[in-house]
Amino acid sequence: MLFNPLPSMLRLGFALIGLALLAAYGWSLSAQDVPMDLLARQQPPSLAHWFGTDQMGRDLWLRAFQGTLTSLELGLGTALCSGLLAMVAASVSLIHPRCDVAVRLVIDAMLALPHMLLLILICFTAGGGMRGVILAVALTHWPKLALILCAEARRIACSDYVVLARCQGMGALRRWRTHLLPGLLPQWFIGTLLMFPHAVLHSAALSFLGFGLAAHEASLGLLLADALRYLAGGGWWLALFPGLMLLLLVLLFDQATRALQQLWFGSEKC
Amino acid sequence: MDVPLSSPLSHSGYLLLKALLRLAGLLCLVSVATFVLLSYSPIDPIKAYIGNDLLHVPPEQYARIAARWGLDQPLWLRYWHWFTQVLRGDLGYSMLYNAPVGEVIGQRFAASFLLLAGAWLLSGFFGILLGLCAGRYLNRWPDRFICRFAYLLASLPTFWVGLLLLALFAVHWPLLPVCCAWTPGLSADEADWLMRARHLLLPVATLTLLGVGNIALHTRGRVAEVLASDFIRYARAQGDGGWPMLRFHVLRHALTPALCLQFASLGELIGGSLLAEKVFSYPGLGQATVDAGLRGDIPLLMGIVLFCTLLVFIGNTVASVLLARINRGWEGEHAI
Repeated sequence: MLFNPLPSMLRLGFALIGLALLAAYGWSLSAQDVPMDLLARQQPPSLAHWFGTDQMGRDLWLRAFQGTLTSLELGLGTALCSGLLAMVAASVSLIHPRCDVAVRLVIDAMLALPHMLLLILICFTAGGGMRGVILAVALTHWPKLALILCAEARRIACSDYVVLARCQGMGALRRWRTHLLPGLLPQWFIGTLLMFPHAVLHSAALSFLGFGLAAHEASLGLLLADALRYLAGGGWWLALFPGLMLLLLVLLFDQATRALQQLWFGSEKC
Repeated sequence: MDVPLSSPLSHSGYLLLKALLRLAGLLCLVSVATFVLLSYSPIDPIKAYIGNDLLHVPPEQYARIAARWGLDQPLWLRYWHWFTQVLRGDLGYSMLYNAPVGEVIGQRFAASFLLLAGAWLLSGFFGILLGLCAGRYLNRWPDRFICRFAYLLASLPTFWVGLLLLALFAVHWPLLPVCCAWTPGLSADEADWLMRARHLLLPVATLTLLGVGNIALHTRGRVAEVLASDFIRYARAQGDGGWPMLRFHVLRHALTPALCLQFASLGELIGGSLLAEKVFSYPGLGQATVDAGLRGDIPLLMGIVLFCTLLVFIGNTVASVLLARINRGWEGEHAI
């Protein structure tokens, strides 16, 4: 059966438009200070406050969209950093068998710990805060992608045309640029995009546990941590809506990535 | 495969020795890396221990505390002290809980164990069941529905699921307790099994929901693969079909990758338990980890890191042994 690209393209288009709208709306709100209204504390969702208000009377709608933008920026930045690290690791592993052993050792050590624990350790070392979250998430997501890229890089480096290029005296750097990089790029690109949901969820989880951003910064993880405190009093909307925004962001990005993957590799998934 | 089948005992002994050596190397590597990482933290352990009263502590006394804890020594010497103590079976002293680290980890893990084991078993069971259902009705509406559901589950944030369950089943309909491992105010001895089980229900459900999606998708993929093979075509030609065929021809092939995945994903389960225990204030190992990280209890963190490394390693090793054993079994059958 012929591969019909139209559904994938439609999915990609819708997901990208959704992401762009989210980002644009969040950006237009980002400079705005959410006013406190102590008379309207802990209000359930209503026409005036679509997502309700929190314990200080701040509108949850505004805070949730600001937090979504923060999550989007954090996720994109950290996923890109992690992707670059994976690429560097895969390239380094080709230099010499000893480099390969070293890279594998680092990857093994990083995969030996539960991911959450590793995040907490790095966040602890960086002293918490925004910097801690960024460092922790950016430095811990690369090992799995690096494993895939290492195997792929070895396969390309052993293939006939690269061996021939080496025999003809092409330098290592030029071989890497002209032969290896183009072969690795599709895998790398999709792998990096697939890291985004994990990066977003992990950064929110770190904020939720109390390692992350300061209380005044807008972040979905912090909103949910607040919600935990007021949940027993019946403030269900405090937990529901920020979480829904998080889920929406992750799903949109995931859909875009999967559609792209289908268009690029033509693989059929359920 | 050149496996010396003639002497299985020596072969498995050799494998065991290899695994133990690997474990020792891994533990050393992880402990060195963690020690270096933690020692560069800007969080001052003395300040974290004393808190705001540090203003009243004169510098001489501060220096004395630092000397008592060995903080004035170089990094490698401190690691060496820690390492030799660990070899003697002493993991250090937790400032946070005022107890030896080994004891704290033992107590906390005993509480977490029920949670982890329950979630592990249930997510494996329901994951495989859903995967088989999807495989039974491949490419029809139950399959589509299960696939979508599994994808959704895989991208749900753990702690949000916990919060929603809490809001629904503990606050909106007060059926289940809001927090803790037993009713607050009681001691551990006074809590009976029923009470503990009621307190466990929501955290276990949270962790189970988290793990189900992955297993279900994996099992479904495997079932689809097996259903496309020749021997299934042969079975179909003989009139087999539906659930009996799935039970007698497919189940065993589909079960093994799911089991391996389940063993190998122990790390994710532990990571999820950190969040779930925070949401439900469950006094387990995850809560201890978060507290140790927030309050700068370095000996406890080191102990937990070693313990988790051990757990994850055991999971991975069991998965790989299982895989090797099953492959060998299949090859043996083919030979007959």
